[in-house]
Amino acid sequence: MAEKRLTGYRRADGRVGIRNHVLILPVDDLSNAAAESVARAIPGTLALPHPYGRLQFGADLDLFFQTMIGTGANPNVAAVVVIGIEPTWTERIASGIAEAGKPVAQFSIERHGDLRILEMAGRRAAQLLQDASELSRVPVERGELLMSIKCGESDTTSGLGSNPATSEAVDRHIAAGGTVIFGETTELTGGEHLIAERCATDEVRKKFQGFFDGYFALVERTGANLLGSQPTQGNIRGGLSTIEEKALGNIQKTGTAPVVDALAPAERPTRAGLNFMDTSCAAAEFITLTAAAGAVIHLFPTGQGNVVGHPVEPVIKITANPLTRSTMSEHIDVDVSGLLQLDYDLAAAGDRLEDVIDRTVNGRLTCAEALGHREFALTRLHPSA
Amino acid sequence: MTEPASSPAGGVDFLAHNQGDDVAVAVRDTGPGAAGAAYLDSGERFGITARDAIPLGHKIALRDLGEHADVLEYGVLIGLTRSPVAAGELVHTHNLRSARWQKSV
Repeated sequence: MAEKRLTGYRRADGRVGIRNHVLILPVDDLSNAAAESVARAIPGTLALPHPYGRLQFGADLDLFFQTMIGTGANPNVAAVVVIGIEPTWTERIASGIAEAGKPVAQFSIERHGDLRILEMAGRRAAQLLQDASELSRVPVERGELLMSIKCGESDTTSGLGSNPATSEAVDRHIAAGGTVIFGETTELTGGEHLIAERCATDEVRKKFQGFFDGYFALVERTGANLLGSQPTQGNIRGGLSTIEEKALGNIQKTGTAPVVDALAPAERPTRAGLNFMDTSCAAAEFITLTAAAGAVIHLFPTGQGNVVGHPVEPVIKITANPLTRSTMSEHIDVDVSGLLQLDYDLAAAGDRLEDVIDRTVNGRLTCAEALGHREFALTRLHPSA
Repeated sequence: MTEPASSPAGGVDFLAHNQGDDVAVAVRDTGPGAAGAAYLDSGERFGITARDAIPLGHKIALRDLGEHADVLEYGVLIGLTRSPVAAGELVHTHNLRSARWQKSV
Protein backbone atom coordinates (compact mmCIF):
# COMPACT_ATOMS: atom_id res chain seq x y z
CA MET A 1 0.00 0.00 0.00
CA ALA A 2 1.48 3.36 -0.99
CA GLU A 3 2.44 5.65 1.88
CA LYS A 4 -0.35 8.13 2.35
CA ARG A 5 -0.12 11.77 3.23
CA LEU A 6 -1.02 12.40 6.85
CA THR A 7 -1.78 15.82 8.27
CA GLY A 8 -2.07 17.18 11.76
CA TYR A 9 -1.44 20.11 14.07
CA ARG A 10 2.14 20.57 15.22
CA ARG A 11 2.04 22.14 18.70
CA ALA A 12 4.53 24.47 20.36
CA ASP A 13 6.06 21.58 22.36
CA GLY A 14 6.71 19.62 19.16
CA ARG A 15 3.97 17.05 19.67
CA VAL A 16 1.45 16.34 16.93
CA GLY A 17 -2.34 16.38 17.25
CA ILE A 18 -5.13 15.41 14.86
CA ARG A 19 -7.90 17.62 16.29
CA ASN A 20 -7.97 21.31 17.21
CA HIS A 21 -10.22 21.63 20.26
CA VAL A 22 -10.65 24.67 22.50
CA LEU A 23 -11.47 23.24 25.93
CA ILE A 24 -13.45 24.77 28.78
CA LEU A 25 -11.97 22.78 31.66
CA PRO A 26 -13.66 22.87 35.07
CA VAL A 27 -11.26 22.26 37.95
CA ASP A 28 -13.98 20.78 40.15
CA ASP A 29 -17.61 19.63 40.22
CA LEU A 30 -18.75 23.06 41.43
CA SER A 31 -17.42 24.68 38.26
CA ASN A 32 -19.18 22.39 35.79
CA ALA A 33 -22.20 24.71 35.46
CA ALA A 34 -20.08 27.75 34.58
CA ALA A 35 -17.90 25.74 32.18
CA GLU A 36 -20.92 24.29 30.41
CA SER A 37 -22.53 27.75 30.22
CA VAL A 38 -19.42 29.11 28.50
CA ALA A 39 -19.38 26.20 26.04
CA ARG A 40 -23.07 26.81 25.24
CA ALA A 41 -22.44 30.53 24.76
CA ILE A 42 -19.43 29.93 22.51
CA PRO A 43 -20.37 26.98 20.24
CA GLY A 44 -17.27 25.26 18.95
CA THR A 45 -15.66 25.12 22.36
CA LEU A 46 -15.91 21.94 24.39
CA ALA A 47 -16.64 21.67 28.13
CA LEU A 48 -15.28 18.67 30.06
CA PRO A 49 -17.56 18.31 33.10
CA HIS A 50 -16.57 15.75 35.76
CA PRO A 51 -17.62 14.96 39.36
CA TYR A 52 -14.31 15.42 41.22
CA GLY A 53 -11.61 17.92 42.20
CA ARG A 54 -12.62 18.68 45.79
CA LEU A 55 -10.83 17.52 48.95
CA GLN A 56 -8.74 14.97 47.12
CA PHE A 57 -5.32 14.36 48.69
CA GLY A 58 -2.11 12.37 48.43
CA ALA A 59 -1.56 10.06 45.46
CA ASP A 60 -5.20 10.50 44.39
CA LEU A 61 -4.76 14.28 44.17
CA ASP A 62 -1.45 13.90 42.32
CA LEU A 63 -3.16 11.72 39.69
CA PHE A 64 -6.02 14.24 39.48
CA PHE A 65 -3.66 17.12 38.67
CA GLN A 66 -1.65 14.97 36.27
CA THR A 67 -4.81 13.93 34.42
CA MET A 68 -6.26 17.45 34.21
CA ILE A 69 -2.99 19.04 33.12
CA GLY A 70 -2.23 16.20 30.69
CA THR A 71 -5.69 16.49 29.11
CA GLY A 72 -5.31 20.23 28.57
CA ALA A 73 -1.79 19.74 27.24
CA ASN A 74 -2.88 16.97 24.83
CA PRO A 75 -1.80 17.82 21.26
CA ASN A 76 -5.42 17.52 20.07
CA VAL A 77 -6.12 20.69 22.09
CA ALA A 78 -5.34 24.16 20.71
CA ALA A 79 -6.20 26.25 23.77
CA VAL A 80 -7.83 25.92 27.19
CA VAL A 81 -10.02 28.01 29.48
CA VAL A 82 -9.69 26.69 33.05
CA ILE A 83 -12.50 27.52 35.51
CA GLY A 84 -12.32 26.61 39.20
CA ILE A 85 -14.14 27.56 42.36
CA GLU A 86 -11.02 29.15 43.93
CA PRO A 87 -7.81 30.49 42.38
CA THR A 88 -5.03 28.28 43.78
CA TRP A 89 -5.81 24.90 42.22
CA THR A 90 -7.12 26.72 39.14
CA GLU A 91 -3.71 28.36 38.76
CA ARG A 92 -1.93 25.05 39.32
CA ILE A 93 -3.80 23.38 36.45
CA ALA A 94 -3.60 26.41 34.14
CA SER A 95 0.14 26.85 34.63
CA GLY A 96 0.73 23.12 34.13
CA ILE A 97 -1.06 23.24 30.79
CA ALA A 98 0.72 26.47 29.80
CA GLU A 99 4.07 24.62 30.03
CA ALA A 100 3.06 22.90 26.78
CA GLY A 101 3.28 26.35 25.17
CA LYS A 102 -0.40 26.70 24.25
CA PRO A 103 -2.74 29.60 25.16
CA VAL A 104 -4.43 29.10 28.53
CA ALA A 105 -6.83 31.42 30.38
CA GLN A 106 -7.99 30.94 33.96
CA PHE A 107 -10.97 32.13 35.99
CA SER A 108 -12.13 31.41 39.54
CA ILE A 109 -15.71 31.77 40.62
CA GLU A 110 -15.47 32.95 44.24
CA ARG A 111 -15.89 36.77 44.57
CA HIS A 112 -17.34 36.86 41.04
CA GLY A 113 -20.19 34.36 40.71
CA ASP A 114 -21.16 32.19 37.75
CA LEU A 115 -22.65 35.00 35.65
CA ARG A 116 -19.64 37.33 35.73
CA ILE A 117 -17.43 34.29 35.00
CA LEU A 118 -19.68 33.44 32.08
CA GLU A 119 -19.05 36.86 30.58
CA MET A 120 -15.31 37.05 31.31
CA ALA A 121 -14.52 33.46 30.34
CA GLY A 122 -16.88 33.60 27.39
CA ARG A 123 -15.11 36.64 25.93
CA ARG A 124 -11.73 34.92 26.30
CA ALA A 125 -13.04 31.61 24.93
CA ALA A 126 -14.34 33.35 21.81
CA GLN A 127 -10.91 34.90 21.17
CA LEU A 128 -9.13 31.59 21.68
CA LEU A 129 -11.59 29.85 19.35
CA GLN A 130 -10.98 32.43 16.62
CA ASP A 131 -7.22 32.11 17.05
CA ALA A 132 -7.41 28.30 16.92
CA SER A 133 -9.43 28.49 13.71
CA GLU A 134 -6.39 30.01 11.97
CA LEU A 135 -4.12 27.08 12.84
CA SER A 136 -3.47 24.95 9.75
CA ARG A 137 -2.95 21.26 9.25
CA VAL A 138 0.60 20.43 8.18
CA PRO A 139 2.18 17.20 6.88
CA VAL A 140 3.09 14.86 9.74
CA GLU A 141 4.77 11.48 10.02
CA ARG A 142 2.89 8.40 11.19
CA GLY A 143 5.53 7.82 13.84
CA GLU A 144 4.77 11.19 15.47
CA LEU A 145 1.24 10.11 16.45
CA LEU A 146 0.84 8.68 19.95
CA MET A 147 -1.72 5.86 19.75
CA SER A 148 -3.54 3.99 22.50
CA ILE A 149 -5.40 0.68 22.37
CA LYS A 150 -8.03 -0.85 24.61
CA CYS A 151 -10.89 -3.23 23.86
CA GLY A 152 -14.30 -3.19 25.53
CA GLU A 153 -17.45 -5.27 25.92
CA SER A 154 -15.22 -7.95 24.49
CA ASP A 155 -16.42 -11.38 23.53
CA THR A 156 -14.80 -14.35 21.89
CA THR A 157 -14.99 -12.62 18.50
CA SER A 158 -12.59 -10.00 19.89
CA GLY A 159 -9.85 -12.59 20.37
CA LEU A 160 -10.64 -14.16 17.00
CA GLY A 161 -10.98 -11.05 14.85
CA SER A 162 -11.03 -7.44 16.04
CA ASN A 163 -8.04 -7.74 18.39
CA PRO A 164 -5.79 -9.55 15.87
CA ALA A 165 -6.78 -6.91 13.27
CA THR A 166 -5.79 -4.21 15.76
CA SER A 167 -2.48 -5.97 16.36
CA GLU A 168 -1.73 -5.55 12.66
CA ALA A 169 -2.18 -1.79 12.98
CA VAL A 170 -0.13 -1.71 16.20
CA ASP A 171 2.80 -3.54 14.62
CA ARG A 172 2.68 -1.24 11.58
CA HIS A 173 2.53 1.88 13.76
CA ILE A 174 5.53 0.78 15.79
CA ALA A 175 7.44 -0.24 12.65
CA ALA A 176 6.91 3.36 11.44
CA GLY A 177 8.65 4.63 14.57
CA GLY A 178 5.45 5.28 16.49
CA THR A 179 4.45 4.75 20.11
CA VAL A 180 1.46 2.75 21.34
CA ILE A 181 0.06 2.52 24.88
CA PHE A 182 -1.80 -0.55 26.12
CA GLY A 183 -2.80 -1.36 29.70
CA GLU A 184 -5.83 -2.92 31.46
CA THR A 185 -3.84 -4.39 34.32
CA THR A 186 -6.35 -6.89 35.72
CA GLU A 187 -7.25 -7.95 32.22
CA LEU A 188 -3.87 -9.57 31.76
CA THR A 189 -4.60 -12.14 34.49
CA GLY A 190 -3.72 -15.56 33.14
CA GLY A 191 -1.59 -14.11 30.36
CA GLU A 192 0.62 -11.74 32.38
CA HIS A 193 3.57 -14.07 31.81
CA LEU A 194 3.22 -13.44 28.07
CA ILE A 195 3.64 -9.69 28.62
CA ALA A 196 6.45 -10.16 31.13
CA GLU A 197 8.33 -12.28 28.58
CA ARG A 198 8.04 -9.44 26.04
CA CYS A 199 9.47 -6.75 28.36
CA ALA A 200 12.61 -5.36 26.72
CA THR A 201 14.73 -5.29 29.88
CA ASP A 202 14.71 -6.69 33.42
CA GLU A 203 14.04 -3.17 34.70
CA VAL A 204 10.85 -2.87 32.60
CA ARG A 205 9.81 -6.41 33.58
CA LYS A 206 10.19 -5.58 37.25
CA LYS A 207 8.12 -2.40 36.88
CA PHE A 208 5.42 -4.26 34.94
CA GLN A 209 5.29 -7.13 37.44
CA GLY A 210 5.07 -4.63 40.30
CA PHE A 211 2.03 -2.95 38.73
CA PHE A 212 0.39 -6.30 37.98
CA ASP A 213 1.00 -7.81 41.42
CA GLY A 214 -0.25 -4.64 43.09
CA TYR A 215 -3.56 -4.64 41.21
CA PHE A 216 -3.99 -8.39 41.67
CA ALA A 217 -3.46 -8.01 45.43
CA LEU A 218 -6.01 -5.17 45.49
CA VAL A 219 -8.62 -7.43 43.88
CA GLU A 220 -7.83 -10.37 46.16
CA ARG A 221 -7.91 -8.19 49.28
CA THR A 222 -11.54 -7.30 48.68
CA GLY A 223 -12.51 -10.97 48.86
CA ALA A 224 -15.09 -10.21 46.18
CA ASN A 225 -16.37 -12.51 43.45
CA LEU A 226 -15.55 -10.55 40.30
CA LEU A 227 -17.61 -12.71 37.96
CA GLY A 228 -19.96 -10.18 36.33
CA SER A 229 -17.55 -7.29 36.91
CA GLN A 230 -14.42 -8.79 35.33
CA PRO A 231 -15.41 -10.49 33.06
CA THR A 232 -18.40 -8.14 32.71
CA GLN A 233 -21.95 -9.37 32.23
CA GLY A 234 -21.61 -8.26 28.61
CA ASN A 235 -18.45 -10.35 28.21
CA ILE A 236 -20.28 -13.38 29.62
CA ARG A 237 -23.30 -12.81 27.41
CA GLY A 238 -20.89 -12.83 24.48
CA GLY A 239 -19.38 -16.17 25.46
CA LEU A 240 -16.33 -15.28 27.59
CA SER A 241 -16.26 -17.50 30.68
CA THR A 242 -13.21 -16.54 32.77
CA ILE A 243 -10.79 -13.67 33.34
CA GLU A 244 -8.03 -15.79 31.81
CA GLU A 245 -9.97 -16.28 28.57
CA LYS A 246 -10.75 -12.55 28.41
CA ALA A 247 -7.10 -11.67 29.10
CA LEU A 248 -5.76 -13.92 26.36
CA GLY A 249 -8.12 -12.28 23.87
CA ASN A 250 -7.13 -8.85 25.15
CA ILE A 251 -3.43 -9.59 24.68
CA GLN A 252 -4.06 -10.51 21.02
CA LYS A 253 -4.28 -6.82 20.16
CA THR A 254 -0.83 -5.87 21.47
CA GLY A 255 0.99 -7.18 18.40
CA THR A 256 4.49 -8.59 18.51
CA ALA A 257 6.75 -5.68 19.54
CA PRO A 258 8.74 -5.76 22.78
CA VAL A 259 7.34 -3.80 25.74
CA VAL A 260 9.76 -0.88 26.11
CA ASP A 261 8.36 0.66 29.31
CA ALA A 262 5.80 0.24 32.08
CA LEU A 263 4.09 3.56 32.90
CA ALA A 264 2.17 4.78 35.93
CA PRO A 265 -1.41 5.96 35.23
CA ALA A 266 -1.45 9.06 32.95
CA GLU A 267 2.38 9.05 32.70
CA ARG A 268 3.67 10.36 29.39
CA PRO A 269 5.77 7.79 27.49
CA THR A 270 9.37 8.70 26.73
CA ARG A 271 10.40 5.59 24.78
CA ALA A 272 9.16 4.93 21.24
CA GLY A 273 7.45 1.58 20.81
CA LEU A 274 4.95 -0.44 22.83
CA ASN A 275 4.34 0.92 26.35
CA PHE A 276 2.30 -0.72 29.12
CA MET A 277 0.31 1.62 31.41
CA ASP A 278 -1.11 0.55 34.78
CA THR A 279 -4.84 1.23 34.39
CA SER A 280 -8.37 0.20 35.15
CA CYS A 281 -10.09 -1.82 32.43
CA ALA A 282 -13.12 0.52 32.36
CA ALA A 283 -13.19 2.09 28.90
CA ALA A 284 -13.73 5.76 29.71
CA GLU A 285 -11.24 5.71 32.59
CA PHE A 286 -8.63 4.09 30.38
CA ILE A 287 -8.96 6.52 27.47
CA THR A 288 -9.02 9.48 29.88
CA LEU A 289 -5.66 8.28 31.28
CA THR A 290 -4.07 7.73 27.86
CA ALA A 291 -5.36 11.06 26.55
CA ALA A 292 -3.78 12.68 29.63
CA ALA A 293 -0.53 10.94 28.67
CA GLY A 294 -0.80 12.62 25.25
CA ALA A 295 -2.38 9.93 23.07
CA VAL A 296 -4.15 11.45 20.05
CA ILE A 297 -5.89 8.42 18.50
CA HIS A 298 -7.40 5.31 20.06
CA LEU A 299 -8.15 1.91 18.53
CA PHE A 300 -11.08 0.21 20.30
CA PRO A 301 -11.95 -3.35 19.31
CA THR A 302 -15.35 -4.44 20.65
CA GLY A 303 -17.37 -7.62 20.64
CA GLN A 304 -20.78 -6.89 22.15
CA GLY A 305 -20.68 -3.17 21.28
CA ASN A 306 -19.13 -0.76 23.79
CA VAL A 307 -20.11 2.74 22.58
CA VAL A 308 -17.42 4.79 24.40
CA GLY A 309 -15.90 7.98 23.05
CA HIS A 310 -13.67 10.69 24.50
CA PRO A 311 -13.86 14.49 24.16
CA VAL A 312 -10.23 14.93 23.14
CA GLU A 313 -8.94 11.59 21.79
CA PRO A 314 -10.92 10.16 18.83
CA VAL A 315 -11.92 6.50 19.31
CA ILE A 316 -12.08 4.11 16.33
CA LYS A 317 -14.37 1.10 16.89
CA ILE A 318 -13.54 -2.24 15.31
CA THR A 319 -15.74 -5.33 15.53
CA ALA A 320 -15.65 -8.87 14.19
CA ASN A 321 -19.06 -9.73 15.66
CA PRO A 322 -21.63 -9.90 12.83
CA LEU A 323 -24.54 -9.40 15.27
CA THR A 324 -22.99 -6.21 16.68
CA ARG A 325 -22.15 -4.99 13.19
CA SER A 326 -25.74 -5.38 12.05
CA THR A 327 -27.52 -4.18 15.21
CA MET A 328 -25.16 -1.29 16.17
CA SER A 329 -23.75 -0.21 12.83
CA GLU A 330 -23.76 3.50 13.75
CA HIS A 331 -21.05 2.76 16.35
CA ILE A 332 -18.73 0.64 14.20
CA ASP A 333 -15.98 2.32 12.16
CA VAL A 334 -14.36 -0.87 10.87
CA ASP A 335 -16.08 -4.21 10.30
CA VAL A 336 -13.75 -7.22 10.22
CA SER A 337 -16.41 -9.90 10.77
CA GLY A 338 -15.26 -11.62 7.59
CA LEU A 339 -12.26 -12.86 9.58
CA LEU A 340 -14.62 -15.24 11.39
CA GLN A 341 -15.57 -16.89 8.11
CA LEU A 342 -11.98 -16.89 6.81
CA ASP A 343 -13.16 -14.61 3.98
CA TYR A 344 -9.89 -12.64 4.09
CA ASP A 345 -6.68 -12.66 6.08
CA LEU A 346 -5.35 -10.44 8.86
CA ALA A 347 -3.24 -8.37 6.47
CA ALA A 348 -6.38 -7.43 4.52
CA ALA A 349 -8.18 -6.55 7.76
CA GLY A 350 -5.12 -4.52 8.80
CA ASP A 351 -5.19 -2.64 5.48
CA ARG A 352 -8.82 -1.67 6.03
CA LEU A 353 -8.15 -0.54 9.60
CA GLU A 354 -5.09 1.44 8.48
CA ASP A 355 -7.21 3.20 5.86
CA VAL A 356 -9.72 4.30 8.51
CA ILE A 357 -6.91 5.34 10.88
CA ASP A 358 -5.39 7.53 8.17
CA ARG A 359 -8.72 9.13 7.27
CA THR A 360 -9.41 9.77 10.98
CA VAL A 361 -5.98 11.35 11.40
CA ASN A 362 -6.75 13.60 8.44
CA GLY A 363 -9.99 14.79 9.98
CA ARG A 364 -12.74 12.24 9.33
CA LEU A 365 -14.99 12.07 12.41
CA THR A 366 -15.24 8.68 14.09
CA CYS A 367 -18.65 7.17 14.83
CA ALA A 368 -18.22 8.11 18.51
CA GLU A 369 -17.39 11.72 17.60
CA ALA A 370 -20.36 11.95 15.24
CA LEU A 371 -22.68 10.52 17.92
CA GLY A 372 -21.40 12.98 20.54
CA HIS A 373 -19.71 10.46 22.86
CA ARG A 374 -17.47 12.54 25.12
CA GLU A 375 -16.86 10.33 28.15
CA PHE A 376 -14.34 12.00 30.47
CA ALA A 377 -13.84 9.74 33.49
CA LEU A 378 -11.19 10.48 36.08
CA THR A 379 -9.54 7.51 37.81
CA ARG A 380 -9.72 7.70 41.61
CA LEU A 381 -7.09 5.96 43.74
CA HIS A 382 -8.82 6.42 47.10
CA PRO A 383 -11.68 8.37 48.77
CA SER A 384 -11.58 12.13 49.29
CA ALA A 385 -10.87 13.62 52.71
CA MET B 1 -18.61 1.51 8.26
CA THR B 2 -16.20 -0.23 5.92
CA GLU B 3 -15.51 -3.89 5.23
CA PRO B 4 -12.64 -5.55 3.42
CA ALA B 5 -13.49 -7.19 0.11
CA SER B 6 -14.28 -10.85 0.71
CA SER B 7 -13.02 -13.88 -1.15
CA PRO B 8 -15.14 -17.02 -1.63
CA ALA B 9 -12.97 -19.24 0.62
CA GLY B 10 -15.99 -20.74 2.40
CA GLY B 11 -17.01 -20.48 6.02
CA VAL B 12 -16.92 -22.63 9.12
CA ASP B 13 -19.13 -23.09 12.18
CA PHE B 14 -16.34 -23.11 14.78
CA LEU B 15 -12.81 -21.68 15.04
CA ALA B 16 -10.16 -22.93 17.45
CA HIS B 17 -7.10 -20.78 18.12
CA ASN B 18 -4.35 -23.38 18.54
CA GLN B 19 -3.81 -27.06 17.82
CA GLY B 20 -4.23 -28.80 21.17
CA ASP B 21 -6.91 -26.40 22.49
CA ASP B 22 -9.77 -28.00 24.40
CA VAL B 23 -12.43 -25.62 23.08
CA ALA B 24 -13.48 -23.90 19.85
CA VAL B 25 -15.71 -20.84 19.38
CA ALA B 26 -18.95 -20.79 17.38
CA VAL B 27 -18.66 -18.14 14.66
CA ARG B 28 -22.40 -18.41 13.88
CA ASP B 29 -25.39 -19.69 15.81
CA THR B 30 -25.23 -23.48 15.53
CA GLY B 31 -27.62 -26.28 16.45
CA PRO B 32 -26.77 -29.81 17.61
CA GLY B 33 -25.24 -32.09 14.96
CA ALA B 34 -22.34 -32.22 12.53
CA ALA B 35 -20.38 -28.98 12.06
CA GLY B 36 -17.26 -27.71 10.32
CA ALA B 37 -14.33 -26.23 12.21
CA ALA B 38 -10.80 -24.96 11.63
CA TYR B 39 -7.66 -24.17 13.61
CA LEU B 40 -6.45 -20.59 13.17
CA ASP B 41 -2.78 -21.40 13.77
CA SER B 42 -2.43 -24.25 11.26
CA GLY B 43 -5.41 -23.63 9.00
CA GLU B 44 -6.34 -27.32 9.36
CA ARG B 45 -10.06 -28.01 8.97
CA PHE B 46 -11.88 -30.65 10.98
CA GLY B 47 -15.38 -31.90 11.79
CA ILE B 48 -17.09 -31.83 15.20
CA THR B 49 -20.47 -33.09 16.39
CA ALA B 50 -22.25 -30.63 18.67
CA ARG B 51 -24.39 -32.10 21.48
CA ASP B 52 -25.89 -28.69 22.34
CA ALA B 53 -27.04 -25.63 20.46
CA ILE B 54 -24.02 -23.27 20.62
CA PRO B 55 -24.79 -19.56 20.07
CA LEU B 56 -22.41 -17.25 18.19
CA GLY B 57 -19.35 -16.56 20.35
CA HIS B 58 -19.88 -19.44 22.77
CA LYS B 59 -17.56 -22.42 23.12
CA ILE B 60 -17.79 -26.12 22.33
CA ALA B 61 -15.66 -28.82 24.00
CA LEU B 62 -13.39 -30.52 21.46
CA ARG B 63 -12.74 -33.53 23.72
CA ASP B 64 -14.04 -35.18 26.88
CA LEU B 65 -12.88 -33.28 29.97
CA GLY B 66 -12.95 -34.59 33.55
CA GLU B 67 -13.95 -32.70 36.69
CA HIS B 68 -11.49 -29.94 37.74
CA ALA B 69 -9.61 -30.49 34.47
CA ASP B 70 -7.39 -27.83 32.90
CA VAL B 71 -9.03 -26.17 29.89
CA LEU B 72 -6.76 -24.74 27.19
CA GLU B 73 -7.55 -22.02 24.64
CA TYR B 74 -4.87 -20.02 22.75
CA GLY B 75 -2.65 -22.91 23.98
CA VAL B 76 -2.91 -21.41 27.49
CA LEU B 77 -4.92 -22.32 30.61
CA ILE B 78 -8.23 -20.41 30.67
CA GLY B 79 -9.74 -22.17 33.70
CA LEU B 80 -10.87 -25.43 35.29
CA THR B 81 -13.98 -27.47 34.64
CA ARG B 82 -16.53 -27.47 37.47
CA SER B 83 -17.87 -30.86 36.35
CA PRO B 84 -17.13 -33.44 33.64
CA VAL B 85 -17.75 -32.09 30.14
CA ALA B 86 -18.29 -34.31 27.10
CA ALA B 87 -16.93 -33.52 23.66
CA GLY B 88 -19.53 -31.46 21.78
CA GLU B 89 -21.08 -29.83 24.86
CA LEU B 90 -21.39 -26.09 25.49
CA VAL B 91 -18.55 -24.78 27.69
CA HIS B 92 -19.34 -21.63 29.68
CA THR B 93 -19.57 -20.30 33.23
CA HIS B 94 -21.86 -23.18 34.31
CA ASN B 95 -19.08 -25.74 33.82
CA LEU B 96 -15.89 -23.64 33.62
CA ARG B 97 -14.36 -21.38 36.32
CA SER B 98 -11.28 -19.19 36.70
CA ALA B 99 -8.18 -20.92 37.99
CA ARG B 100 -6.71 -17.60 39.10
CA TRP B 101 -9.40 -15.61 40.86
CA GLN B 102 -10.26 -17.97 43.67
CA LYS B 103 -13.34 -16.04 44.77
CA SER B 104 -14.80 -15.92 41.27
CA VAL B 105 -16.73 -19.15 41.47
